[in-house]
Amino acid sequence: MSKIMGERPKALVDVPLHYCPGCTHGIVHRLVAEVIDELGIEGKTVGVASVGCSVFTYNYFGCDMVQAPHGRAPAVATGVKRARPEDVVFTYQGDGDLAAIGMGETVHAAARGENIVAIFINNAIYGMTGGQMAPTTLPGQVTQTTPYGRDTSVAGNPIRVCELLSSVKGVALAQRVTVDCVKNVKAAKKAIKKAFEYQMAGKGYCIIEVVSTCPTNWGMSPADALQWLRDNMLPYYPLGVYKDVGEEGEQ
Amino acid sequence: MADKVLMKGNEAIAEAAIAAGCRHFFGYPITPQTEVAAYMSKRMPKIGGVYLQGESEVASINMVLGAGAAGVRVMTSTSSPGISLMSEGISYIAGSDVPCLIVNVERGGPGLGGIQPSQSDYFQATKATGHGDFHLLVFAPSTVQETVDLISDAFDLGDKYRMPTMILSDGLLGQMMEPVVLPEAKEPTDSKDWAAKGHQGKRKHNVVNSLYIDPSELERLNRERFQKYEKIKETEQRAEEYLADDAEIILVAFGASSRIAHSAVDMARKQGIKAGLIRPITLWPFPEKFIEKHVGHAKSFLSVEMNMGQMVEDVKLTVKDRKPVRFFGRTGGIVPTPKEVFEQIVKINGGDC
Repeated sequence: MSKIMGERPKALVDVPLHYCPGCTHGIVHRLVAEVIDELGIEGKTVGVASVGCSVFTYNYFGCDMVQAPHGRAPAVATGVKRARPEDVVFTYQGDGDLAAIGMGETVHAAARGENIVAIFINNAIYGMTGGQMAPTTLPGQVTQTTPYGRDTSVAGNPIRVCELLSSVKGVALAQRVTVDCVKNVKAAKKAIKKAFEYQMAGKGYCIIEVVSTCPTNWGMSPADALQWLRDNMLPYYPLGVYKDVGEEGEQ
Repeated sequence: MADKVLMKGNEAIAEAAIAAGCRHFFGYPITPQTEVAAYMSKRMPKIGGVYLQGESEVASINMVLGAGAAGVRVMTSTSSPGISLMSEGISYIAGSDVPCLIVNVERGGPGLGGIQPSQSDYFQATKATGHGDFHLLVFAPSTVQETVDLISDAFDLGDKYRMPTMILSDGLLGQMMEPVVLPEAKEPTDSKDWAAKGHQGKRKHNVVNSLYIDPSELERLNRERFQKYEKIKETEQRAEEYLADDAEIILVAFGASSRIAHSAVDMARKQGIKAGLIRPITLWPFPEKFIEKHVGHAKSFLSVEMNMGQMVEDVKLTVKDRKPVRFFGRTGGIVPTPKEVFEQIVKINGGDC
């Protein structure tokens, strides 16, 4: 006799996900969907899918969805939110999308205090295109386009997004989480829920950065990838709350 | 009957859009269209609308995509280099079948070019506003009044066909003042059942998207879109004819240059030369029917443009070597004089002037 431990969240469409084995996108999708269910907001939520592995989120989330050009999700989400201020609007973006091609849109949406939530998947690599250097690729990290390891004197330095955005007035919440173990998954969900609640309270731009794995393009087993994340990613990208305007809002 | 008011072309664009029920404007400053944005920034907050200055044309057109996808009447305006930056977003908008209005108050190019009036974005507007197989409905007004009238049509037809539309104006029309009668104001509506605006638990989720990994699916959608374009070619071609019925030399000119061509036709008629004018109002679809009507009796055609010769290619494609098609243009922000155009007519007529 098997026992079903948890139902599929209603806000997640019952279709197979295309993600590679061991990829943490699936966990984060579930957390976002659980939060949407718990807040009872699927009917008034609009998600914005970005370009990268997560482009197909428009097939997975049960809420209405718009697919944005590469990097432009914050601008598209701005358009949706300004047209439908009563709706709850979130973007789901990878590191290439948010921190390379879309950094301008990200910083300005944040500075406007745009009342949207950004779910930011940082796995230090371009997944969809097959493992090239991302703006968050670690120094020395080998990728398809840094075959000798990322040489920061040539390829520049990784960007710490939460730290950068924490200096921007208009940001209500900037928090870095991960989903490598049950404790951290629970903390990640709490952060995502807080971000959605902040939006509903009109507090401003919220970003939840999820330090994630890419076993396929890192060339590791899922278990090794999680260990590599703990050993290499978390020291460079420490978990924590980088900005939280709290109950009072920004002073 | 509404009162006539004296308005600058660019401000009339903004007021006409508001009258057409548009309450969402996203844009970025660029000469010579900035008055549209400035006017919107003044008016929108007073009428419960949204004016938002994006951090770039790239961001602005994507805000338009978001608002259009959410089902509201939305627009942006820019000038030539701005359209280049918006090309990516326009392609996504077309590929996602999202209606919106894009205004291009053209200036000289290429590159940073200049800030004087030009028509050198004809190719860009009608052939390749971005990557992929798609078209915009493109309107080319020649007066401030016509600009006002076409804006309402552009919004309505964009909604009808679920596609982006463009008003191709230029620095001359945008900056000049003329008396206009504004149309009766329409209230914004909210009836787009395909939009991503929240399903309220009442339907399956809507997805506004331009990605199709399966090539047969993408081909099918592109073919469907082109069937729609065929229907538009059949029903939406617009042009104005002036003394064309008995004309031997037919000028073809749109927008600002058509006003000059019009004067040149008058000068020619005074000299007994049978000149006429066909003024395309829709640039896409190109008004082939109006030209075809006159290919039989015309001896030759002269395309007059403020560029190095762009629309002339469509005139040639329509005339198909049955009659000679010539070109006269000034570019870089230089506006041709009626006399210059008249001299071309005289030359074609076989005489000196």
